[in-house]
Amino acid sequence: MIIGPFLIGLYVFVLATFVGFEIINKVPSTLHTPLMSGANAISGITLVGALSIATQADPVTSSILGGLAVIFASINVVGGFLVTDRMLKMFSKKK
Amino acid sequence: MNEANSDAISSVIVPVIYLLSSVIFIFGLKQLTRIRTARRGNTLAAFAMLLAVIGTLLEIGLVDYRWILGGLVIGGTVGAIAAFKVKMTSMPEMVALFNGSGGAASTAVALAVVWQSVIEIGATVPAFAVIGLNQAVTVGLSVLIGSVTLSGSYIAYLKLQGSLNKGEPILLPARHIITLSLIIAILGLSAYFAFYAVGNVGMVILVITGISLILGVLLVIPIGSADMPVVVSLLNSYSGLAACATGFILSNNVLIISGAMVGSAGIILTQIMCKAMDRSLLNVLVGGFGSQTSTSSSGGSDEYTTVTSAGAEEVALVLEDADTVAIIPGYGLAVAQAQHAVRQMADQLEKRGTKVVYGIHPVAGRMPGHMNVLLAEADVPYESLLEMDEINPDLKTTDVAILLGANDVCNPLALTDPSSVIYGMPILNVHEARNVFVVKRSLSPGYAGIKNPLFEAENTSMCFGDAKKMIQEILNEVKLLPER
Repeated sequence: MIIGPFLIGLYVFVLATFVGFEIINKVPSTLHTPLMSGANAISGITLVGALSIATQADPVTSSILGGLAVIFASINVVGGFLVTDRMLKMFSKKK
Repeated sequence: MNEANSDAISSVIVPVIYLLSSVIFIFGLKQLTRIRTARRGNTLAAFAMLLAVIGTLLEIGLVDYRWILGGLVIGGTVGAIAAFKVKMTSMPEMVALFNGSGGAASTAVALAVVWQSVIEIGATVPAFAVIGLNQAVTVGLSVLIGSVTLSGSYIAYLKLQGSLNKGEPILLPARHIITLSLIIAILGLSAYFAFYAVGNVGMVILVITGISLILGVLLVIPIGSADMPVVVSLLNSYSGLAACATGFILSNNVLIISGAMVGSAGIILTQIMCKAMDRSLLNVLVGGFGSQTSTSSSGGSDEYTTVTSAGAEEVALVLEDADTVAIIPGYGLAVAQAQHAVRQMADQLEKRGTKVVYGIHPVAGRMPGHMNVLLAEADVPYESLLEMDEINPDLKTTDVAILLGANDVCNPLALTDPSSVIYGMPILNVHEARNVFVVKRSLSPGYAGIKNPLFEAENTSMCFGDAKKMIQEILNEVKLLPER
């Protein structure tokens, strides 16, 4: 029974990996930097994990680490999406 | 909220929100690969992130929100300020820093799980018996990938800035053996942590973190700054895998899906970049590119002998009768912030009936797409930015090619000299243009550290100086030209 959710996770992992491989083909070089930046912001999804850890009020080691994780992950998420948008805004304004 | 309600939330509503979020992530990433839809794709991905966060907050229900709110506010503010303040020229460095931040988050989550579920409950049995076999093993993996991403990204940031040994590769003796032993040590300690460690768990996991951080440093320092874009892209892929490992620890499928997607998409993007430079990924990672050539540069063959130089006025005289002008930007343009001056010069030339195009080498600047971003900032029309394959056939009939701080991407040795380190790299065939002006501060070599015979070609003149200043001078001279 312990293997249950883990195996499902493994299935999901393998399938999502294929999705990633399939999505990225023939990217114009103009978009390499923004795409890297956008994908990087998506990898800030660790935020979700950080949030579910930082739920304890007492300032014990785990809640401090969780709080730090929330800080780092939100820098990644907020900064990443905003900076990508700033780059892409410049391409879209003259069409 | 009663029992049944909260059950419904955690067993139905939250999973549905997570599923929705994952699907939107996929659409967002897909749209990010097309110019027309890229911005919408980014917004979609950000929306998916918001959904995932809302889902998580619903899932954890009523808890103490002080750490969460504090973290979100501090991190969000820092991220937003950084994103708004960063100059377009430093974009690659910013991406590296954000990436490192993601790695730090994954490491911190894994450590927090260890403290929360093993140490703080005073476990008297090894980790696998407390949090399960798979989780215990994944913790080590998450710490490893997260820490390597963190320290590797920071080193990449320093290299991009040129502040670490001026971006030159740092080659330790026996570095491959050191790297291998560090990896073995991490794997051994992770196994010890999962199956045996009791009482000293905290120490063990911190040692794993420390060694992984050192590993990240060692993996990136032998790589030259010219290859940093590839490294950042690869580390970006790692940070996806780190998020994925975190997903396995917490049994959270949104984390697994988006992490795996970023992981594989990052690998593909890295391969695309390597291909643009005609290097294999392995070749980049083994590192040391350019370091052997710097020792041979004392030899006479790297000296320039027949260089002609030209001033702004001479450039303008040639531009006077030119029908087609190709501007080839490189990192020098970014350093000098010359994009607006270039745009003004191009406008002036176009007013006189000269056709101006831009030839963008896939790896010009510090990161693919770097030049496009800069020129877009100066409102250069997107249609006049030509990729290498589009512009190369036309260069033969181009009257004037102006190189702005570009070097290796136009080095004809890549076509002619099989012994050259850059042999085989696709280049812009600038040497075929009728007149070539090279705006550059000195004859110093580019990242590859080699001589560029283009600079002493008969049809080439060097314009020594800062790209922005030189372009402004040329612009002033062009304004003085008679109408035609």
